[in-house]
Amino acid sequence: MGLRSLIWKELRERPWSLATSGLAILLGVASLVAIRHVTVASEGEVSRQLATLGANILILPKDATLENYYAADQNGGTLPEEHVSEVFLAGLTGVEKVSPKLCVPAELQGQSVTLAGILPQTEFRTKAAWQTVALFSAKPHTGCKKAKCAITANDALPESLATNRTIETLGETETVIGADVADRSGLKLGTKVTLLGETFEVLAILPRTGTVDDSRVFAHLHTVQRLAGMGEVVSAIEVMGCCEDAAGDLVPEIRKLLPDAKVVTISQVVQTQVGVNRLMANTSWFVLVVLTLVGGVSLAGAISANVRERRREIGTLMALGATPGFVARLFLIKALVLGLVGGISGCLIGLALALWLGPHWAAVEIVPLPQLMVASACAACALALVSAYWPARTAARLDPCICFREV
Amino acid sequence: MYGLQEINKEYNRRGDAVVAFRCDRLEIGAGEYVAVVGPSGSGKTTLLSLLGGMLSPTRGKVWLDGQSLYDLSVAERTRIRRQRMGFVFQSFNLIPYLTALENVQLPLVLTGLPATEQCRRATALLDRFGLHGRLGHKPNELSVGQQQRVALARTLVNDPRIILADEPTGNLDPTNRQLVLEILDESCRSGRTVVMVTHDPEAARHAHRQLRLCDGAVSEILVRNSTTKSGDAA
Repeated sequence: MGLRSLIWKELRERPWSLATSGLAILLGVASLVAIRHVTVASEGEVSRQLATLGANILILPKDATLENYYAADQNGGTLPEEHVSEVFLAGLTGVEKVSPKLCVPAELQGQSVTLAGILPQTEFRTKAAWQTVALFSAKPHTGCKKAKCAITANDALPESLATNRTIETLGETETVIGADVADRSGLKLGTKVTLLGETFEVLAILPRTGTVDDSRVFAHLHTVQRLAGMGEVVSAIEVMGCCEDAAGDLVPEIRKLLPDAKVVTISQVVQTQVGVNRLMANTSWFVLVVLTLVGGVSLAGAISANVRERRREIGTLMALGATPGFVARLFLIKALVLGLVGGISGCLIGLALALWLGPHWAAVEIVPLPQLMVASACAACALALVSAYWPARTAARLDPCICFREV
Repeated sequence: MYGLQEINKEYNRRGDAVVAFRCDRLEIGAGEYVAVVGPSGSGKTTLLSLLGGMLSPTRGKVWLDGQSLYDLSVAERTRIRRQRMGFVFQSFNLIPYLTALENVQLPLVLTGLPATEQCRRATALLDRFGLHGRLGHKPNELSVGQQQRVALARTLVNDPRIILADEPTGNLDPTNRQLVLEILDESCRSGRTVVMVTHDPEAARHAHRQLRLCDGAVSEILVRNSTTKSGDAA
């Protein structure tokens, strides 16, 4: 028998005391691990989406609100389509692509959908050739960091709309269906569908993006304009810059060019989501502080109570020759065991919670963060030791004569 | 063995100093069996604590084999207790979550003896005290007499030279009381020094000497077949 078995036997004798003492730590670590996992995954998702959206600039009607980027292009206001021509005729440095969009409500097989009219890039090139304007040979951006919009073989596929935000070719009676709409309606490639009274053929079904594009139906801009009877207008114009720096420089130039429009960068638009993520991150640290206090105080109280109820035992051990250090270790190691058990269990429960809640709460896939879990378990152990320090010190300083008294 | 020199132990109770024990001179020789008797609150347990190195006197010196006990550090006094002293308590003070065997092993755990040797020595002693069938029993599964025998085995397992007993027969029936007294007699015969606090005159008669305490002072020393009125003589 040794110190460790002495501690283990005492813990086994009072399993409920063990459970209640470790519960606060377990809950604390579980909450922290769950919140941090969701927060980190959400931050990662926003970064990924930002990276996917690239150095985009959004041109919107002056009165458009930016609370939700994805809703910003269907808030009712419109811009004249000629703004599109004005942008690429201006030959601005760093402009890679221009994508106008007109969103109108429509019905597809009895379902309400948003019909988005878009202009294929081939038409821009034709227009540029016709107007002898070299849009895509505009002045190159000096010191460009990442030219991500160069046309690749994959860009020719209609499915690239999901990632590139533009489509190369799209006929006037062709449509591209978002993933959710396709799922709900069971549409397949080549199927004929009716939108706003006109028949379209399904050209492509977009891969799932996790954005509102999943529940949209795309068709040629001019067809949508005609069917909606709205004239030559668009809801929004997206301008793809060659890099973040170019996008930043382009904003004031486009504002000057289109004074009646609102010009913002994507990073500005998603500021709200970034702010929510920051709030969640701050909340997780606040939770950590609160749970540290609650867990620490709870454990300190439990160990203090344990010292009080074992005073006679401590006195007896001291009479038998236990040093104050031995007595202190008796309680510190016990606290460490509680911290370790609470910490590890909390990590596992927190991870399980995050894996379950992540897709429901924040629509993100959770990837386990081993470093966070190790740090949380270590923090739980450190907290347990700090909490038990004073009760252990009290125990080590008890008067051994207490062994002669009836306590 | 023990020498108490101009000892005074005072407690502070609500601002008033209360003398718990005082003694100008008292000696206890090696191998001696001393009973400490007197009414409750007369300072018997204070004397036992002083001898055990657990309660420093307000004034005076407690000598143990030529060493001033309270001039040693807490760690050194703890080491002396661990190696040379054994305690017997009125309420046995067994650790409730340990078995009889583990309770007896406890002093050996503190000396750092290997587990197998701990087990061997504890088992041998419990066998000697007629508890070979109770090794795995916890204190609440043992009778009062069995508990005191386990406690006595714990006292003797590290072969202490000094046994300090606080009313060891106080809670026992006559049969078990006799058994405990026989074990203490036997310990003394084997050369150990025994200091026993007791209210029991029959138990006190087993000792070579009886110290009668009254209001914290040694009022009378009864040696077998003779009596001395004093508080300052051995």
